[in-house]
Amino acid sequence: MRATASSERRGLSRRDLLKTGAASVLLLGFRLPQAHAASDTFAPNAFIRVGDDDIVTLVMPQVEMGQGIYTAVAMILADELDADFDKVVLQHAPPDKAYNNPLFGVQATGGSTSVRAFWDPLRKAGASARGMLVEAAAKQWNVDPSTCRTSKSEVIHDASGQKVGYGAIAALAATMTPVAEPKLKPAKDYTLIGKPMKRKDTPDKTNGKSKYGIDALPAGVKFAAIAQCPVFGGKVGSVDDTKAKEIKGFRQVVAEDDFVAVVADTTWSAMQGLDALSITWDEGANANVNSAQIWEALRSASKEPGVVAKEVGDVKSAFSDGTRYDAVFELPFLAHATMEPLNCTVHYTKDACEVWIGTQVIGRVQEDVAKAVGLPIEKVTAHNFYVGGGFGRRLDQDMAYRAARVAKHVDGPVKVTWSREEDIQHDVYRPVYHNAVSATLKDGKIVGWDHRITGSAVIARWLPPAFQKGVDIDAVDAAIDQPYGFPNLKVEYIRAEPPAVPTGFWRGVGPNNNVFTIESFMDDIAHREKVDPVAFRLRHLDGNPRLKAAVQLATEKGNWGAPLSPRMGRGFSCQNAWGTFLATVCEVEVDESGEVRVHRLVTAVDTGVPVNPDTIAAQLEGGIIFGLSAALFNEITIENGRVQQGNFNDYRMLRINEAPKIEIHLIPSGEHPGGIGEPGTASAQSALGNAIFSATGVRLTRLPIDRAALAGRKPA
Amino acid sequence: MKRLYWILLAAAAVVCVIAAWVIYVPGPTAFASGGSVALGDYKDANPTGVPASLARADIVKRGEYLTRAADCEACHTAKGGTPYTGGLAFNLPFGTLYSPNITPDKETGIGNWSDDDFIKAVHKGIAPDGSRLYPAFPYPSYTLLTKDDVLAIKAFLFSLTPVRQETPPNTLAFPFNQRWGMMFWSLFYNSDERYRPNPSQSAEWNRGAYLAEALGHCGECHTPRNLLQAVDNKKKFAGTVTAGWRAYNITQDATSGIGSWDAATTAKFLSHGHAEGLGTASGPMGEAIDLSLRHMTPEDINALVVYLKTIPAIADTSMPLPKTMQASVFPSDHEISENTRGAMVFAGACAACHSWTGKSAVLSYADFIGSRTVNDPTAQNVAQAIIWGVTRHSPNGVVKMPGFGSAYSNEEIAAVSNYITARFGAEKSRITAEDVKKIGEQAAH
Amino acid sequence: MITLQVNGQPHDVDAPPDTPLLWALRDVLGMTGTKYGCGIAQCGACTVHVDGQAVRSCQLSIGSIENRPITTIEAVGTTDIGARVQKAWLDLEVIQCGYCQSGQIMSAAALLAHKPNPTDDDIDAAMAGNICRCGTYVRIRAAIKKAATA
Repeated sequence: MRATASSERRGLSRRDLLKTGAASVLLLGFRLPQAHAASDTFAPNAFIRVGDDDIVTLVMPQVEMGQGIYTAVAMILADELDADFDKVVLQHAPPDKAYNNPLFGVQATGGSTSVRAFWDPLRKAGASARGMLVEAAAKQWNVDPSTCRTSKSEVIHDASGQKVGYGAIAALAATMTPVAEPKLKPAKDYTLIGKPMKRKDTPDKTNGKSKYGIDALPAGVKFAAIAQCPVFGGKVGSVDDTKAKEIKGFRQVVAEDDFVAVVADTTWSAMQGLDALSITWDEGANANVNSAQIWEALRSASKEPGVVAKEVGDVKSAFSDGTRYDAVFELPFLAHATMEPLNCTVHYTKDACEVWIGTQVIGRVQEDVAKAVGLPIEKVTAHNFYVGGGFGRRLDQDMAYRAARVAKHVDGPVKVTWSREEDIQHDVYRPVYHNAVSATLKDGKIVGWDHRITGSAVIARWLPPAFQKGVDIDAVDAAIDQPYGFPNLKVEYIRAEPPAVPTGFWRGVGPNNNVFTIESFMDDIAHREKVDPVAFRLRHLDGNPRLKAAVQLATEKGNWGAPLSPRMGRGFSCQNAWGTFLATVCEVEVDESGEVRVHRLVTAVDTGVPVNPDTIAAQLEGGIIFGLSAALFNEITIENGRVQQGNFNDYRMLRINEAPKIEIHLIPSGEHPGGIGEPGTASAQSALGNAIFSATGVRLTRLPIDRAALAGRKPA
Repeated sequence: MKRLYWILLAAAAVVCVIAAWVIYVPGPTAFASGGSVALGDYKDANPTGVPASLARADIVKRGEYLTRAADCEACHTAKGGTPYTGGLAFNLPFGTLYSPNITPDKETGIGNWSDDDFIKAVHKGIAPDGSRLYPAFPYPSYTLLTKDDVLAIKAFLFSLTPVRQETPPNTLAFPFNQRWGMMFWSLFYNSDERYRPNPSQSAEWNRGAYLAEALGHCGECHTPRNLLQAVDNKKKFAGTVTAGWRAYNITQDATSGIGSWDAATTAKFLSHGHAEGLGTASGPMGEAIDLSLRHMTPEDINALVVYLKTIPAIADTSMPLPKTMQASVFPSDHEISENTRGAMVFAGACAACHSWTGKSAVLSYADFIGSRTVNDPTAQNVAQAIIWGVTRHSPNGVVKMPGFGSAYSNEEIAAVSNYITARFGAEKSRITAEDVKKIGEQAAH
Repeated sequence: MITLQVNGQPHDVDAPPDTPLLWALRDVLGMTGTKYGCGIAQCGACTVHVDGQAVRSCQLSIGSIENRPITTIEAVGTTDIGARVQKAWLDLEVIQCGYCQSGQIMSAAALLAHKPNPTDDDIDAAMAGNICRCGTYVRIRAAIKKAATA
């Protein structure tokens, strides 16, 4: 076999792509011959397509980025539809308002909302479609629909012994009128929900067949590397491409006001070409910004009056009496460092544009690409792919906007891949946060709680209509609705946008900050009061039985109170956020030099109806590792307006030989499902900090951990 | 009384002799047999200037070659800065010294310097305003340069785009901030004499000596210094520590030096910073290769090799013969339990390129086998390479090891350095976190 | 033109010899199962087998490979060990986003080829160079042990 960097070879991929899907959707189900795909004789709603070939195609409103949502969404739909799960085929949704996330009003995947937001709509969609299929069969058989049942993509009439496959009845079903409020299954009748189902997306992730955005290879594609001004907000001054032109495979330079890209025959040649360019940047106003100034500005903003996000009781009079405690907690900038570096492939012609990308916001990608190339939105076709890690980074579409502006200058499709350094240095960062928190105690219980949160308002940028009255609902999430039911509580928010540095959502979002603050402070107070930290929390959890149960299970499974060897510590943290109730026990060892080794985490969780229990465990395991990695190692720092980290050598990731053992204990529940992608991350950081305190007596009030502060400590 | 007088006198004489011996340093080529003659009296091929291939080039082109051979850029460029604009910090025990801007900017560079000003600075270490330069600027070596060569270098520097960049003020403590003190130092240690060829040596040798001593100033790093911080040619090229990095023994000692390297291998190492089975240059030597040696003609490299081959062997018993055997494919349990943290860091950050065997599966530049660095029981350069990373310009493009100093603790860097020397070297090191911190701070950056 | 032996077949690659194997596979041969993650051998997403050894393809230039056989994720399942690893990965539902998993599977298969019954230390030695941002480490360890005994 011969292949070159010419278009013939890629033509194969393109043809494969066309065979497998309709123009704007990419087909994922590889279990069936691809020619059968995407037949949609019966399309009762945005999510369900039943072909006359018996194939049920489910359209995925939420993107698969590892959280197992394709399987969970398919399970919910298929359960109510009584579809044969083994024969269900999945498709990525195209950009369309029909797939908007009900919690955001935007076609977006994030914030641990997928199951929470779509639980009811999907069940209704499944039940309604099933009702239409039953009605069609009953009409054909001339029997009462209520005497029919469904199972594995068949309508069955037991009395007459008749049965018909969904495919055979699909055309007739399409003529039926859907019921406005279909009857949903009682939990006892679930055939899929609650069972540990094998994920639909994983088999092809073991053999290289799965396609991520970075794998798109439309016919004749060229490859581009991109450089943005190292200083945030800086502009391109001049570009000299003399040396770049000597690189074999070099095609062209695209210079826009805010970036320079090199287009070449391979990504490697493009990167080499970019390195060979001589670029002068007009660094602009941010050229002198550094971390010290950013922290100073944040701390000074924290002294400004805030907007009251929540007030319960009378905090002022509560603080006039009792034992008072105060603390300050701070969290750093963080990058996402998704394993799949940012990328986007765009093919622009003067009257149409096609985009290939893995994104959490396909609708916004379509809009921004349209804007970038100056075409009406309906001329832009956007294909979504598997996402090689989102964690919030792909809730922004800057990579698509830039790729489209590159494509506008290129004849044929172009794939713009960001280097890892570009990816880390031009992220939208988890904001720096400052928390000033005070509590007052009477009779061993907290009677007054005052929490002032200072930080960037990501919501104000990302979803302006949701930014009301100066309160960022994400920044105060899990602070205004903290678990302990304090009788007097005040939460204030002070919006402070860091100079130069763009901010965005990061796994665990606002509650990361608030859970770390609340749980570190609760632990601190318990130790100062000489009360067991778990017992102290339980004093405040009588009104929160779901969390209380999680606390009890986690402490039991996590050997809370059992003796520990010297230099070991055990920490505890609990939270309710994203509709999920969760408690964690963490065991660490801190050596004389301050090195921290995390040995074990035990988490108990009540997340409502557990749609796919094994996925819940996996998400918590992963979320915990994500949180530990940040708490142990990560901080983005700024010097001269530039991010100082660039790759995994200086922005370090937890590795397998540093990873703890993790146990997840699931509490059965019939409540509305909660979110599960974020909670582990939020929980891990405070549990770790509290365990370090238990091992060393050093209270961490900032992340990442400062090993120097832990060095030389005798076992506590 | 008279007797006491004589005893005192004798004692004073002995002290003077010892002092003289301590302070005295022989000339850089004094080791070679045969006397020297003035350049004008030398009959063989001219050892100075540019190679024959550039003889007819204009002065700027010739100056460019000589500027590279003198490696001006390495010291006169801050990390990540514009070449020749200075600002590189030399972190000395008594303060920090910054290299100046030598672009022709009239205010912040040397744009106003006359030919004589430039010659006086390079030959005598005296600035146009009469103030004395610190010998971090190697004028005791550059003084050997011919006037023509100095002016060619000046012509090249003056062809550069002038860049306005102030040099940060030095922060030297008293008495080191008293520049006039260097006057006395210069009396002792700056011969202020041009290179004198040795007619009993070959023309190649003389060219090599000019390249090594006048231009390349190898001894400034590789030769230990005496009490007064002068290059002590009694221990010529025997190896020492400069700016936190170990400049290894490059005498002809077969065990601790480079006596076992054949001429072709030595030439390859000098032009690429790497030779199969001998490791890869890093730190300041790596820079010297990238900025200077790799730009030199094969004839000049060979001349350097001819010269190096005549350097008398000085044995350093602390430097064992590099190990040439590969390590096992997987680490043993014992090895891991002895240095768990080192093994952990190695597994995560190092093994992918260097391999558990020490013979890289991807790139010979990453081989440990035979490398002096991993066979140096101080592990100093292993630790430095880990802190700062290594960049080498191989004939097939740039080869890079990233630096890990900002994300890994001093303990971790010490542990993995000790793990590397134990697993791949002839003798295991015992570098501590404290050492790592110290040498990291000593490196120029 | 450089000829590479990939998954048992010769492939001619028209790219400069300093091109890393990673980009030749992905951009020239269209074999996108091997992933770009960092470009500096710190993440392992680009791991392939060369001569049976796990190698970071982002650091291996195509000019230096010669005739040595290359196996990528697309064909690792044709070997007994590779197929066992893939099955164990699915049995224990290791994968989340999956982007790093091509590299993880290649590293694990190379490990098992050298150490049929790896200890935890062996797993650390062979797998610590592969980063997973989704945090699937607990299951990777378990799946390697399962594949070893399958």
